[in-house]
Amino acid sequence: MQPTGRAVPAPHPDAESQPFWDAAAQGRFLIKRCTSCGEAHWFPRTLCPFCWSDKTEWIEGSGTGTIYSWTVMHRAKPPYAVAYVELAEGPRMLTNIVECDLDRLHIGQQVELVFTPTSGEDTPPVPMFRPIGG
Amino acid sequence: MTIRGAAYIVGAFEHPTRFAPDKSHAQLHAEVAAGAIADAGLSKADIDGYFCSGDAPGGLQSLLNYLNLEVRHVDSTDIGGVSPIVQVAHAAEAIALGKCNVALITLAGRPKADDVRTGTTPRIRHAAAPDVQWEYPYAIPTAVSYALAAQRHMYEFGTTSEQLAWIKVAASHHAQHNPNAVLRDVVTVEDVVNSPMVADPLHRLDCCVISDGGGAVIVARPEIARKLNRPLVRVLGAGETTKHQAGGKIDLTYTGAARTGPIAFAEAGVAVSDIKYVSLYDSFTITVLLQLEDLGFCAKGKGGAFVADGNLISGVGRLPFNTDGGGLCNNHPANRGGITKIIEAVRQLRGEAHPAVQVANCDLALVHGTGGQLATRHGSGTLILERE
Ligand SMILES: [Zn+2]
Repeated sequence: MQPTGRAVPAPHPDAESQPFWDAAAQGRFLIKRCTSCGEAHWFPRTLCPFCWSDKTEWIEGSGTGTIYSWTVMHRAKPPYAVAYVELAEGPRMLTNIVECDLDRLHIGQQVELVFTPTSGEDTPPVPMFRPIGG
Repeated sequence: MTIRGAAYIVGAFEHPTRFAPDKSHAQLHAEVAAGAIADAGLSKADIDGYFCSGDAPGGLQSLLNYLNLEVRHVDSTDIGGVSPIVQVAHAAEAIALGKCNVALITLAGRPKADDVRTGTTPRIRHAAAPDVQWEYPYAIPTAVSYALAAQRHMYEFGTTSEQLAWIKVAASHHAQHNPNAVLRDVVTVEDVVNSPMVADPLHRLDCCVISDGGGAVIVARPEIARKLNRPLVRVLGAGETTKHQAGGKIDLTYTGAARTGPIAFAEAGVAVSDIKYVSLYDSFTITVLLQLEDLGFCAKGKGGAFVADGNLISGVGRLPFNTDGGGLCNNHPANRGGITKIIEAVRQLRGEAHPAVQVANCDLALVHGTGGQLATRHGSGTLILERE
C-alpha cells in the first residue's frame, strides 16, 4: 500500500539529476545552492538558474517547509493532494502531501519530508511531504 | 519597426462540429483551412505562409504534405493553446518583412472522439524534459495546475467560488445563442458552486468543455485586404512570453499577461479603457480572472469583484467577453482554444456576431490566451485588433 493510495511512477534520472536520486535511494534529500550568488534553487541544476554560475553545490535539505498552495484531485480514486511546498531553504517545490487529512489542508501549514516508494523495480523513492504533528 | 497596421485578418472559420468520430485529424485541419480561405474570398494558390502548432498531426511538414501547399514561410511556434494568437503576430511580422503575403493558421483536433481527458487524467509527456521529470511522479493533470493558482488567489485576495462562478454564468448567457455550442443552457452561480468538485477550489462547471473541431484564420498584407469584399480587421499590436517556475521563486497570483499586456497596448497605441470586447482564454474560470487583472482591466486582487454580477455579459456588463460561449460552454477543440478566441473577436469587429450578443460599435477588441500548465509553465499572448 502506497501512502498516496496510487502507484507513483518512477522518476527519470539523467546525468544531471542522478546524484539527487542516488541520495534519495539512501534516504537523503539534497537541494542545490549556488556559491556565487548564495541562492538555493529547485529543481536542481548544474548552472545556477539565477546567475548561470557553475559554482553550485549539493547541500542536505532540512526537509521542512510550509504549504504555499494546495489542491485535492477529487476525480482520482482515491483522491490525492498536490501542493507547492515552500522549503525552509526558500525555493517552492511541486509535490504531493501524503499521510494527511485531505479536508484540513491549508496554506501556511507546516510539513515535513517523507520519501515515497515508486512503482519501478529498484527505482528511487520520490520526495513528498506530510503535515508535522499529523 | 512595428506590426501596427502591417497586416489584416481577412478570413476566419470555425468548424461547426463538436464531435467528429467520422473525420480524421488532418481532415479537420483541411476543412478549416478551406473554410477560412473561402471566407476571405481568396484561393488555395494565394497561400504562401503556413502556421500550425502542437495539435498538428505529424507537425508542420506532414500537414503541408497532406494539404499540398507550397509556401515560402513556415512557423510551428508551440506555447500551448495560445499558439495561434501569437502566430497572428508572427504572420504580421513575416508580412511586414516581405516573407509572405497570405498566411494560413490552423488548429484542429478530436479529443472528444479520442476520449482524451487531459484536464483530469495525468498524461506523461516529455518525461525526460529537464523540468517535467520533477513533476510527473506527482500526477499533475491540467485541472490541478489551475486549481493551485485559484487556491492561492483566494488566500491572498479573498476571491470566492461564487465570484469565479460568474465567469461561467456569463459564458452560458452567450452560449444560449450559439447553436453549435456544446453547453447551451443558462446556468446560475448556484449551479456552478454546487457542481461536483474536480480539484479544490475548481468545480466541474469551472472547467472548459472537451470538444472536437477547430478553426483557421487568414492574415494578409494591407494591399490584398483592401481588394477583398470583407470588413477590414487590422492587427494593431501584440505581446508574447512564457512564465515558469523561476528557479523556485514562482508566484501563482499572476500570469504572463502581466508582461504581454503592456507590450501589446504600447504597440497598438490604445488604452485598456478603449477596448470594447475581449476574447479571453477560458480553460478554467480562474484563467479568465487572472488575465483580466494582469491585462489591467481591474487591479490585482480585484478580479472577483470585477467579474461578479454579470459584468462580462454582453448588453449587461461593462466588458463583454467570449460572446460565442467560449471554451467554458462553446468549444475547446484539440484541448486548445486559441483559434476560437481570434475568430469570435473577428466576428465582433465585423459586426457578424449573433445579434443577441453583438457589441454595439465594436471597433477595438483584445484577444488573450494562456497555454499549457498555469502552475508550472505557460505561454501567454496578447493581440489587439481594430476594425478600420
Ligand atoms: Zn547563482
